[in-house]
Amino acid sequence: MSAALIELAGIERVFHLGDSEVHALRCLDVSIAAGEYVAVMGPSGSGKSTLLNLLGLLDRPDAGTYRLEGRDVTTLSAEEQARVRSERIGFVFQSFHLVPRLTAAENVALPMILAGIAPTQRAARVAQTLRDYGLEDRAGHRPDQLSGGQRQRVAIARATIMQPAVILADEPTGNLDRATGEEVMRLLEKLNGQGVTLIVVTHDVALGARARRQLLMEDGALQHDTVARREGVGDPCALPT
Amino acid sequence: MRAPDLIRFARDAATGNPLRSFLLVLAMAIGVAAVVVLTALGDGARRYVLNEFSSIGSNLVIVLPGRSQTGGFNPGNAVTSTPRDLTVDDAQALLRARSVHRVAPLAVGTSEISVGGKLREVMVVGTTAEFIEVRRLTLAQGRFLPQGDWRRGVSEAVIGAKVRDEMFGHRSALGQLVRVGDRRFRIVGVLASSGQGLGMNTDELVIVPVALAQSMFNSNTLFRILVEASGRDAIEPARTQVTEIIKLRHEGEEDVTIITQDAVLATFDRLLGTMTMAVAGIAAISLAVAGILVMNVMLVSVTQRTAEIGLLKALGATAATIRQAFLTEAAMLSVAGALLGFVLGQAGAAIIRQLYPAYPAFPPDWAVLAGLATALITGVVFGVLPAGRAARLDPVQSLSRR
Repeated sequence: MSAALIELAGIERVFHLGDSEVHALRCLDVSIAAGEYVAVMGPSGSGKSTLLNLLGLLDRPDAGTYRLEGRDVTTLSAEEQARVRSERIGFVFQSFHLVPRLTAAENVALPMILAGIAPTQRAARVAQTLRDYGLEDRAGHRPDQLSGGQRQRVAIARATIMQPAVILADEPTGNLDRATGEEVMRLLEKLNGQGVTLIVVTHDVALGARARRQLLMEDGALQHDTVARREGVGDPCALPT
Repeated sequence: MRAPDLIRFARDAATGNPLRSFLLVLAMAIGVAAVVVLTALGDGARRYVLNEFSSIGSNLVIVLPGRSQTGGFNPGNAVTSTPRDLTVDDAQALLRARSVHRVAPLAVGTSEISVGGKLREVMVVGTTAEFIEVRRLTLAQGRFLPQGDWRRGVSEAVIGAKVRDEMFGHRSALGQLVRVGDRRFRIVGVLASSGQGLGMNTDELVIVPVALAQSMFNSNTLFRILVEASGRDAIEPARTQVTEIIKLRHEGEEDVTIITQDAVLATFDRLLGTMTMAVAGIAAISLAVAGILVMNVMLVSVTQRTAEIGLLKALGATAATIRQAFLTEAAMLSVAGALLGFVLGQAGAAIIRQLYPAYPAFPPDWAVLAGLATALITGVVFGVLPAGRAARLDPVQSLSRR
């Protein structure tokens, strides 16, 4: 199984809200191979965003192990996790999360600036990426001068500039109309076609159906895995409510 | 993150909210400007007083008749309690001391000067040719009293600038005969106008030979003896030598008071220096207030930019990077404020100097440096807490904020 890009085993995530405990994730075992296109679906509160945060190393599980490219990343220090995020993971958010005071080019360059890459190298890669996404004439514009589709393209450009192994997209079309949403999905799928692992969180069934593999979450547990079908009968950990 | 990128990022963050940054810079600037202007005033006062004292002359040792301090039991005091007068002979005897360079006796009284029907009350100073050197006075016209026997003296007088203006107007004063008291003098020189001075104003003096002044006032005592030591290091030896000589001449009784200019200067220097420090301390409080404002503004900034901080973490920023970014921003705003305050403060001091030319309102270097350093340190110190809060933000919760 060490060939898998992402390997989750027995992942638990519990939130404490006042006196009550909320099991956002329980006994989660998932394995995702490099280059897969996975949609994580489920109703609100089913734990799909929590799963995405765990996958993106923004959150730590209370139990279980997470192996990314064969390396146990749950035990890494915060600094090492930041480094993994920087080099191996790209995020695409529903609300784009562009820095409003920075231009499109500066937003795209941000991960490289944080990684401490030299300006000359940065400039070349930003220019190339902006060309790839058809944004070269928008390079000097600030986010508020861009359309929704352009903003999400900038966000995707930013997510890919460090050439990550996996892209985590949280409702990437949630704030877009159908046409631009379609355009953005095609961009993401094209990246997947180039070998980048794509994980999309959505509750849009039509969007989820585009993926080659669907993970259906409910109450923090994996309810349905269309490809792997690993909801284990006989695995006591995987029992649904 | 590379240092230039860090600085550019912090700069963009600061200029991204111009009003916030402006107010912060302004607060810091007012603090620094207050330090600069107030210490300029304080140090200006110190310099003003020192200048006034130094204008009396340099390396001065002043001998006054009578003793202002008690020195325990002295057999001389048992015989007579009235101090002996200072005389011209005493003054002349002081020239024997090794550390003494020049001596100028001083007899002072008021009298009237009259010329061509004009009459004016003046202060008459009886002294010798050395006076002009000892007091560092300059002449506008003519020459000073001639060298000669201290006990005689020719009927020549030197007058102050104001006396000249009032008695002669536009006419030439040199060579004119005037009546001072019951005597006639020929005016041989006019002193340059020296403005206001401590003690007597030289602009309103009439200077005559000491022997003539004494006979005019019908006394043989001196008001002061001005002694110029042969150097700065010679002041203390001169003081002891002068004391010894006077004591010998006054039958073992130390019945004079000797003031060294240095001692007086040092006292004023200390006093006004302390005052400047106190004023600087008060001004520094405004810097502390500005520091608290830095903290407040940066905390608000962290709250406003929570989503951005979450994003930066998602993009691979470490807690250290985020802390650095916020600290850099706080430091940059503080530097900008400090520099602006420095310029404002120097401008304020320059305006004060323009308005009151006699007042040397220059901020001392130490105060300027201390003000700038305090501004930087408070800015950074008070930036630590907000930066730490930003660095500790949970990325998941931060990103969910819009």
